[in-house]
Amino acid sequence: MEIVMCFVIGFLFMAAVYLMLSKSLLRIIIGTGLLSHGAHLLILTMGGLEGSAPPVVSHGVTDYADPLPQALILTAIVISFGVTAFFLVLAYRAYQELGTDNMNLMRGTEDHD
Amino acid sequence: MSFVYFIFIPMLAALVIPFLYKKVRGIHTGWFVLAVPVILFSLYTTFLSKVKNGESFTSSFEWIPSLNISVTSYIDGLSLLFSLLITGIGSLVVLYSIFYLDKTREQLHNFYVYLLLFMTAMLGVVQSDHMISLYFFWELTSISSFLLIGYWYKRDRSRFGALKSMMITVFGGLMMLGGFVLLSIMGDTYSIRELIASAPELGNHEWFVWSLILILLGAFTKSAQFPFYIWLPDAMEAPTPVSAYLHSATMVKAGLYLVARFTPIFASSEWWIWLVTGIGLLTLFWGSFFALKQTDLKGILAFSTVSQLGLIMSLLGAGAISFHTGIEEDSIFKYAAFAAIFHLVNHATFKGSLFMIAGIVDHETGTRDIRKLGGLMSMMPISFTIALIGSFSMAGLPPFNGFLSKEMFLTGMLSIQDFNLFAFDTWGILFPIIAWIASVFTFIYSFYFVFRTFTGKHKPDLLPKQAHEAPIGMLISPAILGSLVVAIFFIPNVIGDVLVKPAVVAIQPYLYDVPEDIHIHIKAWHGPNIELWMTIGIVLLGYLLYATLSKWQPLYNKFPQGFTLNRLYDTMMFLSEVGTNRLTRFYMTGFIRSYLVYMFTGIVLLTISTVFIKEAFDISFATLAPIRFYELIIALVLIAGTLTILLAKSRLTSIIALGAVGYSVALFFVIFNAPDLALTQLVIETVSVALFLLAFYHLPKLNRHENRMKFRLGNALVAIGVGVTVTIVALSAHSQKLVPSISSYYEKTVYKEAGGGNIVNVILVDYRGFDTLFEIAVLAIASLGIIALIQLRLTKKKEVNRIEDK
Repeated sequence: MEIVMCFVIGFLFMAAVYLMLSKSLLRIIIGTGLLSHGAHLLILTMGGLEGSAPPVVSHGVTDYADPLPQALILTAIVISFGVTAFFLVLAYRAYQELGTDNMNLMRGTEDHD
Repeated sequence: MSFVYFIFIPMLAALVIPFLYKKVRGIHTGWFVLAVPVILFSLYTTFLSKVKNGESFTSSFEWIPSLNISVTSYIDGLSLLFSLLITGIGSLVVLYSIFYLDKTREQLHNFYVYLLLFMTAMLGVVQSDHMISLYFFWELTSISSFLLIGYWYKRDRSRFGALKSMMITVFGGLMMLGGFVLLSIMGDTYSIRELIASAPELGNHEWFVWSLILILLGAFTKSAQFPFYIWLPDAMEAPTPVSAYLHSATMVKAGLYLVARFTPIFASSEWWIWLVTGIGLLTLFWGSFFALKQTDLKGILAFSTVSQLGLIMSLLGAGAISFHTGIEEDSIFKYAAFAAIFHLVNHATFKGSLFMIAGIVDHETGTRDIRKLGGLMSMMPISFTIALIGSFSMAGLPPFNGFLSKEMFLTGMLSIQDFNLFAFDTWGILFPIIAWIASVFTFIYSFYFVFRTFTGKHKPDLLPKQAHEAPIGMLISPAILGSLVVAIFFIPNVIGDVLVKPAVVAIQPYLYDVPEDIHIHIKAWHGPNIELWMTIGIVLLGYLLYATLSKWQPLYNKFPQGFTLNRLYDTMMFLSEVGTNRLTRFYMTGFIRSYLVYMFTGIVLLTISTVFIKEAFDISFATLAPIRFYELIIALVLIAGTLTILLAKSRLTSIIALGAVGYSVALFFVIFNAPDLALTQLVIETVSVALFLLAFYHLPKLNRHENRMKFRLGNALVAIGVGVTVTIVALSAHSQKLVPSISSYYEKTVYKEAGGGNIVNVILVDYRGFDTLFEIAVLAIASLGIIALIQLRLTKKKEVNRIEDK
């Protein structure tokens, strides 16, 4: 299964990068969302997918899923959510102030060269 | 006596000068400054008698002992000669500047602080035995010279000249530092004396020639040798006392000092002999040839300085030949170094006085343009006399000191063809010929300088001021230098014995131990030999050409402007400024996309090549989880969602599809036994999608036309590259696990130690609680940032203010 997951993650990264290279600010943020999904799945996959029980102590179970990558991913999810929320509001404010979401038009002014 | 501290006396005095300038307005600040070089001069004269007997003195203080760096003052014949020149001419220049610079109109405190700083730097250069402190003082001369050239900083030409000299001399200084470092690695010491002692071993080292060339670059740039002389004519924008002091008598001789000081180390190399002699001779010819093109008095003197420095340089190179001929042979090369030092002293006297006269002419007539001047002889008789003495000495005529050194120079150049090493016997014949032609030009420009200024027709209507003789105070310094010019001709051997011979011992320690070993006696009349006939030829041809000057001088203007070295320098500066600007504009496009492409391409290339070079790619099927039906379905849903985002026409579709991807990730978490993750992922994906929809809703009206993302091949290639890279890295990393997970520890101890059953939650708040603390901080900062973004509207307020102002 891990090999399949590696290809799925690669595909997510590819789509994320393609979106980040586009002109629209919203698409770029969608791209970062896909990128974080890819990264989270990558952490999980690299920890191994063999475990047969969730990491909650119960009698008679020895084969738990690895809890450490899960803790790391949980932290990463929250942080990426905070950053994404901030970016989105930033994009919303940029729409309000600049009246465009086209990255090609956001180049600063000539004075700032 | 710790005379190393003498070096810093001018610098300390410079600290007091601004206060004196502000508090004592009645007296010209220069009078206070004058005490410094005069006291130092008298202090250094006390060394004379002992140095004459071959003694040398060392005094030092530790600067950075752990790195073995100290400021060491080493006084032998060479450094004493230079110290006396610096302080002696320094005194005269300060005296001259008191009358030259007006105390009410000029920023005198700036001037004298820079000048005193320069004096410290120069004394440090000539006395330092430690190469790092030598370099330190060397750069200090560059900086203080930069400040002095740009003294009238409101003029464009001053700033241009200051920048140009700074660029060129600092370039050379840095090269020299490289040479010093190489030399110190080879000899395992920073002390020049110790390097000289181990000179024979250094010659075989592979870096020897490199350090030689780098150090020569430093010397050539500082001493305005070909092709680095171009900064010197532009440095003439400095006040005339500065030109007289820095750009004729002292700083430009720092390069000569460096060559003389390092001759014992490098003389064994033919590179040294060829470069020093050849470049010196080329500079001599070039400078004297182009001096005639100048119409500015100081321009003529600048080119003449370049030319004379070349003369001294070529003599120092010829002096290095003595290393190969030995003491037994009665060769003239033993005397070439003597001639070099002797001419160095002579040049300092007559060129200093000539600069001061040029300054006087400028001061009293308001112009330095030789085409507007003429017929000043009757109005300025004393200045004319001094100028005549200086020019005749420069031209090499008796009864002035320039004649003596010119004869020795010709002797030295004539004898080079006798030297039968390093192909000198074939090419050597060129040396006296070039030297002779250069001497003819020297003769012409000396006459041109003095007679075009002081004789001929007076043109009062062209002059900004009514011409008259300078005040007596301004004439004291050039008069002293002028009388020295004559005095040295009549009693040359006093200077020779006291100053020159000890210096020659320092340059040629492999020939002489004490100054008495040098059996040389300067004679004004040395019989009807070939040098005398050459001098007569110089005078005859020179006079003939001077008389017909107006016929052929216009030919200089035919010289194509596009091929000058100044044009080359300007082009290099232009290319470095505009070229790098264009280069930066080429890749710094301002589009985020370009930078992302650079970064992603860099990541892909670096990672893929590393994997390829290290042969790290591997797929192992050993510890794989089984592939189950549901997992495949979810993977397909995820890929379908992603494809929908890529292909969606409307933004709404892509946001919904992103939500689908997020939920399938949550389903993955369910299937892979991660309940907490699944819970969090579901909640957060919901909130994120809501936020996306909010942003979507507020899109500006004009841009709402929806369109499909255009396919762009370049973007697609980069994206595929990143995807493939991540897949390869993930596969290889998973297939080559080296150590087992540490999670078994958590599983065993979670209930016993932490009292909890949910291992993930216990890790988050107990084992690794710090992560959680700062993740909370991240969320807090993000929410505060969002509030600030929404509530603070600074630009709007500014607009309101602007309207109110109107």
